[in-house]
Amino acid sequence: MADPMRIRANVTGDTTEVRVLMSHEMETGQRKDAAGKVIPAWHIQNVTATHNGKTVLTAQWGPAVSKNPFLSFKFKGGAKGDKVQVSWTDNKGDKRTDEAVIA
Amino acid sequence: MDMQRREVLKKSGGVSLLTLLAAAGWLAPGGALAQAAWNTAAFDTKTMDETMKALGGSAPAQSKDITFVQTPDIAENGAVVPIGVASAIPKTEAIAILVEKNPNMLVAIFEIPAGTEPAISTRMKMGQSSNVYALVKADGKYYVATKEIKVTLGGCGG
Repeated sequence: MADPMRIRANVTGDTTEVRVLMSHEMETGQRKDAAGKVIPAWHIQNVTATHNGKTVLTAQWGPAVSKNPFLSFKFKGGAKGDKVQVSWTDNKGDKRTDEAVIA
Repeated sequence: MDMQRREVLKKSGGVSLLTLLAAAGWLAPGGALAQAAWNTAAFDTKTMDETMKALGGSAPAQSKDITFVQTPDIAENGAVVPIGVASAIPKTEAIAILVEKNPNMLVAIFEIPAGTEPAISTRMKMGQSSNVYALVKADGKYYVATKEIKVTLGGCGG
């Protein structure tokens, strides 16, 4: 199980900004190890963010998203104290869900 | 009796609960939890044409309403290139990022539901200096804006 995501959610007026830092190797599958063998691709494929159960973002990622992915987006609505949840699944079937409270 | 049922539900974990919800029709087919599709073909393409075919769209129209936000002209480290895209096109449903000279062009697709701002920021890998395309799907049609990003140190792991 990967390290927890760091999620920050802040509301200004009627807009909530969410910033997420995920912990993941995001191996491209292009690299070779010291012995010359290709290091297999290992990366997040799907990301979902929800606010009070409503989806506010979904994404499909390839291996070109940087290691320890950063993601930032904004949505309308959201109030202090609401929960924002972010989930991801990777190409090995591993997954992670973390949540944060809107500040 | 109720306590046992509760225990069973707790033990069986998220999956069964999802199945129950799906069966009850609480999860729409495009709903968050049902979303697990990954467009393998689209992430395997080498040209814009191939990518558009895999995404099921026709050639995108150039648009001045797509802007790159806080995206450098020159990236010092190709492994971590900040990229932000904002779309002013009404009814934007999705934003995709492509790097022309990467081994595979498509970096990411973001699906924007109603209520979410059509703007995202992330960081991506670039193998070398290249054109970067911000592709927007709005109201079923595709639009694109291009920016060249120079890279001093390639990001594919060399």
